[in-house]
Amino acid sequence: MPSLKDLRNRISSVKATQKITKAMQMVAAAKLRRAQEAAEAARPYAERMDMVLANLAAAFEGQEGAPELMAGTGKADVHLLLVATAERGLCGGFNSSIARMARDHASKLIADGKTVKILCVGRKGQDALKRQFGGYFIDFVDLREVRRIGFSDAHGIGKKVLDLFENGEFDVCTLFYSQFKNVITQVPTTLQLIPASIEAGEDAAPVAGSQACYEYEPEEKELLAELLPRNVSIQIFRALLENAAGEQGARMSAMDNATRNAGDMIDNLTLVYNRARQAQITKELIEIISGAEAL
Amino acid sequence: MAELMKFELVSPERLLMSEDVEQVTVPGSEGEFTVLARHAPVLSTMRPGLLAVVQDGGTEEKIFVRGGFAEVNPDGLTVLAEEAVHMSDLDAAALAQHVKNAEEDVADATDDDKRARAQETLDHLKQLQDALKA
Repeated sequence: MPSLKDLRNRISSVKATQKITKAMQMVAAAKLRRAQEAAEAARPYAERMDMVLANLAAAFEGQEGAPELMAGTGKADVHLLLVATAERGLCGGFNSSIARMARDHASKLIADGKTVKILCVGRKGQDALKRQFGGYFIDFVDLREVRRIGFSDAHGIGKKVLDLFENGEFDVCTLFYSQFKNVITQVPTTLQLIPASIEAGEDAAPVAGSQACYEYEPEEKELLAELLPRNVSIQIFRALLENAAGEQGARMSAMDNATRNAGDMIDNLTLVYNRARQAQITKELIEIISGAEAL
Repeated sequence: MAELMKFELVSPERLLMSEDVEQVTVPGSEGEFTVLARHAPVLSTMRPGLLAVVQDGGTEEKIFVRGGFAEVNPDGLTVLAEEAVHMSDLDAAALAQHVKNAEEDVADATDDDKRARAQETLDHLKQLQDALKA
């Protein structure tokens, strides 16, 4: 049975924790709004890029001589997994769900006899995968110093990936990140970067009709060769922004839960404390009365 | 009054401009071209250079763009630029940095094709630097 002082100490420590989680929740809420705005502001560019690429890709459908970035190297022996996670923890299952997805994917590829290489973006993913797949790591990108993700960060990662591809280090590149659905749902997602998975969305269809009379400058092939590397960076940028928003969303709900749990714990402890206090008073009274009766 | 067309300037980070303008001169990779309303659909990459936008009423705005492409469709013109800075905000130091990067690219180029391309970029940037000084 803890003494009254122990109980008092515990209550005050839980109260301190609650203050911290409450503050973290509010900080996450403020950051979330900014991250969400950034993710939304980046959407027009990515959407137009998709549209143009879909148009161009349609022109190349089934043709020989499509760039390797789109058609692939013809093999699928070496896989590069690009795992994008957050830099900080305390955001619920956010990081672990991305890591789990990457882990499943990697295990499956290894079981199939493929070679796996892993490039981590974000410290948490690296930590989670280090024990099982430490030997497969080829590089690590640290974004801890970055306060606001800019296109240049994504471009740097994209360049790294493209350099590896040009040197023939891998055949297929898959990106793991978390798609931001809304504040409480983030969906861990895989996206094949190389060869590019270009989906002709429904909004691309009406444009495809007028596409026949497009004039290309330079030639389609050169244009595509120019745009595809850029598209890799754009996709990474989009993933990073979605991740940033998702991280804050996940942290906000995790901290909200933690604050509520701390509140429940304080209520329970206070109840125990009051009971113990009453018991002690009663005990003291009994001692005094029985002492007086004995006289 | 000239007919207006829709012009959008988009960077990966955000939508920078979206308005109706009279004409835009685009620094295409195979030469500058000016887009007016009802221009034929074109898709072109861009070299680093100045985008000259003539707004409704004839005031001209100059924007420095680097990397990206321009798409002319029946609705108007969309410019996707990796980087876009208003001419008045462009400072010599930032441009000097670009020139330095381009010089390094030329030095690092592994084959002739790449070197030629990097050299071209460098020349354009130097031209731009001169324009800014003038």
